[in-house]
Amino acid sequence: MSVLEIDSLEVTYERRDRARFRAVAGASLAIGQGEIVGLVGESGCGKSSLARAAVGLVAPTAGTIRFEGRPVVPLTRRARSADLTRLQLVFQNPYSSLNPRRRVGDQVGDGIAVGTGRSGKTARVVELLELVGLSSNARSRYPHEFSGGQRQRIAIARALAADPSLIVLDEPLASLDASAQAQVANLLLDLSQRLSLSLLLISHDLAIVHHVADVVSVMYLGKIVESGATEALWADPQHPYTEALIGAVPHPDGTGTMPEVLPGEVPDPAMPPRGCRFHPRCPHVMDVCRTDEPPLEPIGESRLAACWLHAPEARNESSMPRAPVHPRA
Amino acid sequence: MSTPLLEVEELRVRLPVRGGSISVVDGVDYVVAESEVFGVAGESGSGKTMSVLALIGLLPSGATASGRASFRGLDLLALRGRALRDIRGGGIGMVFQDPMTSLHPMLSIGQQIEEPIRQHLGVPRAGARRRAAELLDAVRLPDPERALRAYPHQFSGGMRQRVAIAIALAAEPELLIADEPTTALDVTVQAGIIRLLDALRRERGLSVVLITHDLGVMSAIADRIAVFYAGRVVETGPRDDLLRHPRHPYTKALLDALPHPELPADHPLVPIAGTPPAPAAVPEGCAFHPRCDHRLEACSVVVPELVHDGPRAFACPVDPFVRA
Amino acid sequence: MSELAASRSDLRAAARATRPAWRQPLAVTGAVIAAAWLIIAVFAPLVAPYDPLAQDFPAFQPPSGAHLFGTDELGRDVLSRVIYGSRLSIPLALLLVTVSATIGGLSGAAAGYFRGITDGVVMRVSDLVFAFPAIILAMVVTAVLGRGVRNAVLAIVIVSWPSYARVVRGLVLSIGDSEYVQSARLLGVSSRSALRREVLPNVAGPVLVLATLDLGTAILLLSGLSFLGLGAQPPHPEWGAMVATGTQYFQYWWMGTFPGLAIFTAVMAFNFLGDSLRDVFDPRTAQEGRRVR
Repeated sequence: MSVLEIDSLEVTYERRDRARFRAVAGASLAIGQGEIVGLVGESGCGKSSLARAAVGLVAPTAGTIRFEGRPVVPLTRRARSADLTRLQLVFQNPYSSLNPRRRVGDQVGDGIAVGTGRSGKTARVVELLELVGLSSNARSRYPHEFSGGQRQRIAIARALAADPSLIVLDEPLASLDASAQAQVANLLLDLSQRLSLSLLLISHDLAIVHHVADVVSVMYLGKIVESGATEALWADPQHPYTEALIGAVPHPDGTGTMPEVLPGEVPDPAMPPRGCRFHPRCPHVMDVCRTDEPPLEPIGESRLAACWLHAPEARNESSMPRAPVHPRA
Repeated sequence: MSTPLLEVEELRVRLPVRGGSISVVDGVDYVVAESEVFGVAGESGSGKTMSVLALIGLLPSGATASGRASFRGLDLLALRGRALRDIRGGGIGMVFQDPMTSLHPMLSIGQQIEEPIRQHLGVPRAGARRRAAELLDAVRLPDPERALRAYPHQFSGGMRQRVAIAIALAAEPELLIADEPTTALDVTVQAGIIRLLDALRRERGLSVVLITHDLGVMSAIADRIAVFYAGRVVETGPRDDLLRHPRHPYTKALLDALPHPELPADHPLVPIAGTPPAPAAVPEGCAFHPRCDHRLEACSVVVPELVHDGPRAFACPVDPFVRA
Repeated sequence: MSELAASRSDLRAAARATRPAWRQPLAVTGAVIAAAWLIIAVFAPLVAPYDPLAQDFPAFQPPSGAHLFGTDELGRDVLSRVIYGSRLSIPLALLLVTVSATIGGLSGAAAGYFRGITDGVVMRVSDLVFAFPAIILAMVVTAVLGRGVRNAVLAIVIVSWPSYARVVRGLVLSIGDSEYVQSARLLGVSSRSALRREVLPNVAGPVLVLATLDLGTAILLLSGLSFLGLGAQPPHPEWGAMVATGTQYFQYWWMGTFPGLAIFTAVMAFNFLGDSLRDVFDPRTAQEGRRVR
């Protein structure tokens, strides 16, 4: 049984100008025990909204989310039920995700079950801090005394206090410099292995996701367009957007290879294109793409893709490449 | 090598703090040639931004800069008033990291590009308008005529950065300084900006000083790279040689700490122990020694000199990496 | 804030080369004067040379060795009256501010916590109060309830509590939406516990600043009401009332000037103190913490 199952999730927001738009427009995802799933996409793809809905910070407008077989209920004023606390979230910004006026030890201890005696609680806090590579005397200090990377580790320790089976991490490495990124990335891998912990890692940084995740799901404009095992997806992407994303990542190998450009811009989520949402920018666009939205379907071993290129009826159509946006782009 | 466009010698920058001052740039030397993309790499606190702010007189108030920075026969650090204003925009253009805040929100794009054109080139309004449209076309912005009348908030991050580049190039500078120009952008948008900078420098014979912590971006576009650590240059060299055969332990450690998607996913990510030092707490001797796997006794006492070896230079007596 | 931006702001903070907020000269002046008034209020019987109500002396005497502030129209020593005046103004102001802060704080917290109708009611009532200039509304209330110190205090409380409500409501809302509160909620902490543990410690600072500044305003309003004859009634030595009498006898300048100076110095002292407290609590100007490496 999957630890987390998201089915046809939709999250709708109302913008300042009263326009309603679906930040998540029907996304499905499943995470198994001990699995690390990376959710990648660029600005406006809805990955943060999906993360927040997955843990219940935001109520979905459609679709279901099930954690360990139970539905995820959005937060109300009452305390969260104990079984749902096994689903945790780590935020992106380590400078705003810890209360500046409370000691680190107190905050890490928030998630420890009520009923553990005081000494038991202290012991557990120390254990958690050491688990993330911080010394035990950190517990009497305040967040501002630590660097970004250390603060992020404190946030992870706090999430671990609730003994979770799955942690959603929303861009956990984005605010950190290279050394801290490597430390925290390795920590996540280590924890996942040691504690059989599932992770949903949301990130725009494909290189890090390539290193950390077992499975990668790619999001574009509110929908998941491709999903599969990391190495296989990287070596042989099946969706044109995935291909474009991978091609755009520059490699620090000294060869001077220019990254690939994806023409066009991300459309306004309140007015998505008809048919396949990616079609205006797709180099392989066909007639059917302009009118019908392709479903996310299995295409071989543990691979899913939402693209007409893989549908049998589409194979016979001629492909008309679109003119690039700018002659010299 | 052709005549250098910019020659920086012994650049030092100090910032005032409670009870004295701290050194944020501690004796930096480098040379930028014509039509070259010179990459300045380093993490936070390495002094890379301060060193270029010193060149165009944009240091925070109270800061002092010493040394020499020769550009067009002038010492940039000694310029004041009119001469400094002429160089800014007219000789050296600057693009900042965040396109959301580097453009004036209340002025149209056209107004913002035309201002430097009229100020530095003395071109009358109609001519300036035409040049502005040409610049927007040069930065591949669709529908330049309409864009001139539009305002920054109507554009996406990537487009705004293109506008910022157009403004920086408006007065036809010979040198463009770009401080983390793609850090705030999505990866596909970043790819567009990298290609744009490359195309522009070829078309206009421009030199670019590109500051970024992202070695991937550096690898795509830089001709030569200087690596900064704690206010000093620790290594310089041509891009391919430096990234494939680093001679300084910090450069090597930095490369090992980065994910290399071109390599298999289980290629290890090796973190560098510790954190970069704050400017007020730079270690004695070699600033990197507390985090270095190859340190010797001498490293905690003596500040290593930048030693030149052909096109390469590095500040490490150990040189543990014998070239294959 | 990215690591890069954080280090830049460290550099900027270091470059500002400031002294800690509480050592600024204005703060020290404010603290000294406020403390002086508090001491005078407490030890008034020991400090004042004469009985403030005693009409034993020749009237309209200018300041002299025997009467440093001169005497008033009924032959009372002005200095003693000014000193005893602090026994009215200062404790009343303290009481007043405490009550306003409590009422305002509680209603603001309820508004921010429960939102919905509670929020609507509290905010609309606050808006109603804010629509009137404080002194006018206070006048109306005392006119309705009758003159006297007690009603004056009530009037000023009515006029003052909405400021606290607004501040506390804003804090409860913004902190309630913060990531660390959301994290606590996900960890199983109830809304109420989160309010107590996460929000309230952050609320104390701003409320204290507001209260200190409000002390000055309270003294001013009390004096104002008394000046208009609506607050403390004769023969109580209240500063505002004394200034009012002083305006009738302009040629005997000492009768109005010294009480006026008392009001001025007390209000100014609390304002300085409040401003420096605000700097202490503002994370950007307060002392930076040490970094653990």
